Formats: sequence, structure tokens, C-alpha cells
Amino acid sequence: MSVSQVIAIDKPPPQARGWPRARILGSALVGVWILFGAGIVAYLIYAWNAEFFARYAPAYLQGLGTTLSLVSISMVLGAIFSLPVAYGRMSKNWILSGLAYCYVYFFRGTPLLVQTYLVYYGVGSFRPELETVGLWWFFREAFYCGVFAFSLNTAAYQAEILRGAIESVPRGQWEGAASLGLHKLQTLRKVVLPQAIIVALRPYGNELILMIKASAIVAIITVYDLMGNAKLAYAKSFDIQAYIWVAIVYLVMVEILRHGVEWIERRITVHLHR
Amino acid sequence: MPAQSIWTLLSWGPDGWSDDIASGVLVTIALALATLPIGLVIGFFVAFAKQHEEPSLRLAGNIYTTVFRGLPELVTLFLFFFGMPLLLQHVVRLFNPDATIDVNSFVAGMIVLALIFSSYASEVFLSAFRAIPKGQYEGGYAIGLSKWQTMRLVILPQLIRIAFPGLENCWLSLLKDTSLVSVVNLAETLRQSGVAARVTKHSFLFYSVAALIFLALAVLSSIATSYILRYVGRREAR
Repeated sequence: MSVSQVIAIDKPPPQARGWPRARILGSALVGVWILFGAGIVAYLIYAWNAEFFARYAPAYLQGLGTTLSLVSISMVLGAIFSLPVAYGRMSKNWILSGLAYCYVYFFRGTPLLVQTYLVYYGVGSFRPELETVGLWWFFREAFYCGVFAFSLNTAAYQAEILRGAIESVPRGQWEGAASLGLHKLQTLRKVVLPQAIIVALRPYGNELILMIKASAIVAIITVYDLMGNAKLAYAKSFDIQAYIWVAIVYLVMVEILRHGVEWIERRITVHLHR
Repeated sequence: MPAQSIWTLLSWGPDGWSDDIASGVLVTIALALATLPIGLVIGFFVAFAKQHEEPSLRLAGNIYTTVFRGLPELVTLFLFFFGMPLLLQHVVRLFNPDATIDVNSFVAGMIVLALIFSSYASEVFLSAFRAIPKGQYEGGYAIGLSKWQTMRLVILPQLIRIAFPGLENCWLSLLKDTSLVSVVNLAETLRQSGVAARVTKHSFLFYSVAALIFLALAVLSSIATSYILRYVGRREAR
């Protein structure tokens, strides 16, 4: 049957959806969520406290800045440090690959909170030694310790992402480039990385989101990031809205990032969609 | 205080801290094991809702994942630990005006970890659901199984096998997330090591011990999961 022969056929009327059990349950659950959201909004309106706002909103903004700078510095430093680690993981030299494996296993196998404590309290307990080496100014500051621990942690995760992405590119791509006379660095830059980035984008986005979420724990080592300021506000006012506001800010940040990553992914995979 | 050797500090008994830290390890394991079944069940049902043909069920499931995956674990923990007593108090005071409520930090930790674990596990279950072809359901119905029977006898055994590696990752992050509950004074591994560190001033030693314990738990879990995988694999081969 050719296209021209297709006649407009009257479709049967859509079936009435009715109210099966699943729909009743689903509507009830959505209703619960709506009630929950409305409850929080109502609480925030009811507990609206101009004084609380005037007092803590600037602190929250400053905390947001601290959180963002902590995460961005750690992500960049981690990305730089992940290069040698990923190289080590892929290396054929068993000493290099063993070292890199241990590094990755340690930082992925222990909680970030423990790592942060280990840097801030643990390394910080060697004060005399650090003073003689001249590094005390660094490990004295909770913020720097947070950046240090977070960079090492994210380097381990990013190294795995990088390795997975590069290994996802088939060997034939390397061989093809080599037969065209490209040397290794050119192959990596012009052939492998453009394909690897597509694979790596989503994991990198997830890692960024995880870092933003994890950055809340630096509040425990007395950094006044977003969460740190919420803790302070709660300790002073005993008002639970201190945490509700901060939860909303984190949720909005994470959602913006998640949708941003999805948007970029759609853009760079246009050539793959038919 | 006379300088003690680290071996005395790490010994078992009144002078050492091993016994205190060991009790903390038990709390960590208990917390993780208590959370696991709750999280798995909630996660399964959320995933079930998210792949259902009914749009309102999908919406409800997606909101659940968005909220509990988007909030930092620490924020969720504090919201529950400080917010739940307030809420419960309001409810209870309707009946009994002078009741006070205290939330056990173990229970608060368990609830929060179950919420977080289930939101991640639901994504794993969801992709496992999508990996099961429609024909499996149709085959189940064709031989006269009810919806529930098809789910239990046909889909679930395959689902678990497909989801297993992803769930293992969820379990490992659950194990790590238990350390966060130390912030609300639950005497688990990290908390006990922290106490030891503060008392003895050997912070590096005791936090390293805590890190090694978490590492050992991770290694033990991967040994256990490889056993389970071998067992599941054998059942598949038969």
C-alpha cells in the first residue's frame, strides 16, 4: 500500500480510563505528596519570621558561595589529579597500576566523612612537624582541609570515570588512528576523547551532584558553608525552618544541575539520534 | 598522662580502645543490616510505581526519588532528627498534653538511611524492570498466572539477578553513609573512634583505624556478594 492510498480513518474513541485500583492508589499517593508540599509551604508561611530572614539570609548566601567555591575548586583539582591516577590504572606496569588501584579502592571504600576527619583532625594533630615543614597554615584552616580531602576523594572517582570512558572507545579506533600516522597524543585528543566525552558526561554530572551533596559534611568540621550556616542558625534560633530552607536550596541546585547535564547530553548526541 | 604506646591504646580492655570501637562496629553493622530490608522493599515498590502504566503512580514514584536523591544525606538526617520530634509532639499533644518525644538516633538514622537507600535502589530496580522483556509477563498471563503470581514467580527471580550488581553498589554506599549518623550521637564506629581520638590525642591513629574498619567491611561485603552471586549463578545453571 502506497502512502497516497492511506485514507483518514476514524479512530475508535479512546477508552475511558475508569478508576482501576492503580489509579486510585496513584492519585492518593500524589495527593499525599501535594499535602506534604502544601504542609511545608503552609508551615513556612505560618512561621514566616522577617527577623529570622533579615538575620540569616545574608549568611546563607555567603554559605552558598562557600559551598560553590569548595565544590568547584575540589572538582578542578580532582580532575587534574585524576589524570595520573587514571593513567596508573590503565598502565601495564603492575607497580603503577597496583598503586593506583589501592588509591582508588581506599578513597571509594571509606566514607568521605572519615577521610575529612583524617585530614582535619588526624593530619592536624602533627602540628609541630607541620610547622617545621611550613604547611601548618594550610592544615589549620578547616576550609583548606575540606578542599584537600574532597579533591583526593573526587580524584579517585573521576579517575574511574575517565578510565571507563577511555576504555569504552573500541581498540580499533586507536589502531585506525595509528595506521593513519597519528601519534598517541593526537589520537587521544582528536579521536578518542571526543567519543569518550559522550560516555563520561553523565557520570561527571553525577559526580558533581554527589560532590555538592557531600559538601554539606564540611559543616561538621566547622566550615561555614550552606549547611554550616543552617546549623548555626538552628543552634541560635531552634527554628526548624533553618533546615527546611537549606534543603530547598540544595534541592533546587541539584535539580538545575541534573537538567543541565541532560540538556548538554541531548545537545552533544544530536548526531546519534535518528 | 604518661605516654602510652599505640599498642596499649589499641589493646582490648580498660586501657585500650579496641573493645569500645568493636562495639561501635557492631552498631554500624546492625544499622546497615536493619536498614537493608526496609530499603529494598521500599525501593522495589517505588520502582514498581515508576514503571507502571498509570501516570499518577509514576509521578508519585518520581517525586520520591527526586526528593530523597536530591537532598544531601546530612540535611535529610538533620531534618528528621530535629523535625520529627517536633511533628510527633504536635500530634501526640492532641491526645496527651504533657507527653515529650525523644527520637532514638538509631531509629532516626535507620529511617533516613532507608529513604536514601531506597531512592537509589529504586533506580536500579527500574532499569532491571526495563531489561525484562514484555513477553515474560505475557507468557506468565498466558499460562494462567495471576498478576501477583507472575510478578512473584516469573519477574522477581530475574529482576533480582539483573539488579544484583547495582544493589551491591547501593549496599556499599549505605555502609559508608552509616558514618553520617555519628553526627547525631549514635555510638557507631566513627563516633567511638572520635571519642578515642579526643581522649588520647592520637587522632590520626584512631581515624585511620576507623577508615581501615570501613575498608574491611567493604572487602567483607564484596566477598559475601561474590558467594551470593555464585549461589545464584548455580541456581540459574540448573
